Amino acid sequence: MTDTLDQGKIVQAVQAATTQVFTTMLGLELQAGEPYVETNTPGPSDGVAAMVGLAGTWAGTGSVYCSAAFACRICSQFFMTEPRSVDEEVLDAVAELANIVVGNFKNLIEPEIGPLMLSIPTVVCGCNFAARNLGQHEWTVIPFRCGQERLDVQICLVPSRETTHGSRSGFCQQHSIHT
Amino acid sequence: MAVDVLIVDDSAAIRKILQRVLVQAEVSLGQVYEAADGLEAIAKLKTENINLVLSDINMPNMDGLQLLAQIKANTAWSNMPVIMITTEGSQAKVMEAVQLGAAGYVRKPFTAEQIKEKLVGLI
Repeated sequence: MTDTLDQGKIVQAVQAATTQVFTTMLGLELQAGEPYVETNTPGPSDGVAAMVGLAGTWAGTGSVYCSAAFACRICSQFFMTEPRSVDEEVLDAVAELANIVVGNFKNLIEPEIGPLMLSIPTVVCGCNFAARNLGQHEWTVIPFRCGQERLDVQICLVPSRETTHGSRSGFCQQHSIHT
Repeated sequence: MAVDVLIVDDSAAIRKILQRVLVQAEVSLGQVYEAADGLEAIAKLKTENINLVLSDINMPNMDGLQLLAQIKANTAWSNMPVIMITTEGSQAKVMEAVQLGAAGYVRKPFTAEQIKEKLVGLI
């Protein structure tokens, strides 16, 4: 196992997991955009965000952001319903989407960094909100397009405090990503 | 013959998706029962005449592997096919499910076709 993680591997794993989930379970094709790195606060955002915690020798969060309209479309594809606004069913759909995307990302990245566990997803909906984590950690943001709609998958993953010894290691520092 | 199915998953969304997928897979469905964990599933098995179980692995209270072990240890239920449907990617978990007597294993994300393939010959 490693105590550094190339962000290119995060990007590859997220792109593979996300496009597979959309193709197989939603019947939607995604186009991957150019990934980038943000320090601590991706956002502010409008729409729906679902977050799943990751814990193991590395720890962090995986999140999925999209507009309310795209959240309704995801729900429609999942359940064959026609929601007119973001209701409980839409929130459940986006939470489950995040659970499966981050779960598959976990499966793909575990050979690099060791076993991880997932938290229960948390989903929020609103306007002009921002998500923060403790510390000045980097988020790898992987955008996707589905027609006119945008969906972002964001990953923040750092070595767990308990497993770092002496000098702190972590992400290879790079601020542009080439995959 | 219509098949009575028990779907066991702590996610209400996945239970709903699986019901939709079973319809898309053209399974001759009778009653569809739901349970949010292994304990609820055992309670349903005691009161309903269920022919097939689709179960997640990672669940609170009683996980899918514990549920599978209890089903296979009970002579009234031991011939009932149990298919595990999970995001869990660990090969060890897959092997454990097979050794416990799972009739199949499907990883999320799944298609209706994949579910249908697993059901062929079981119902």
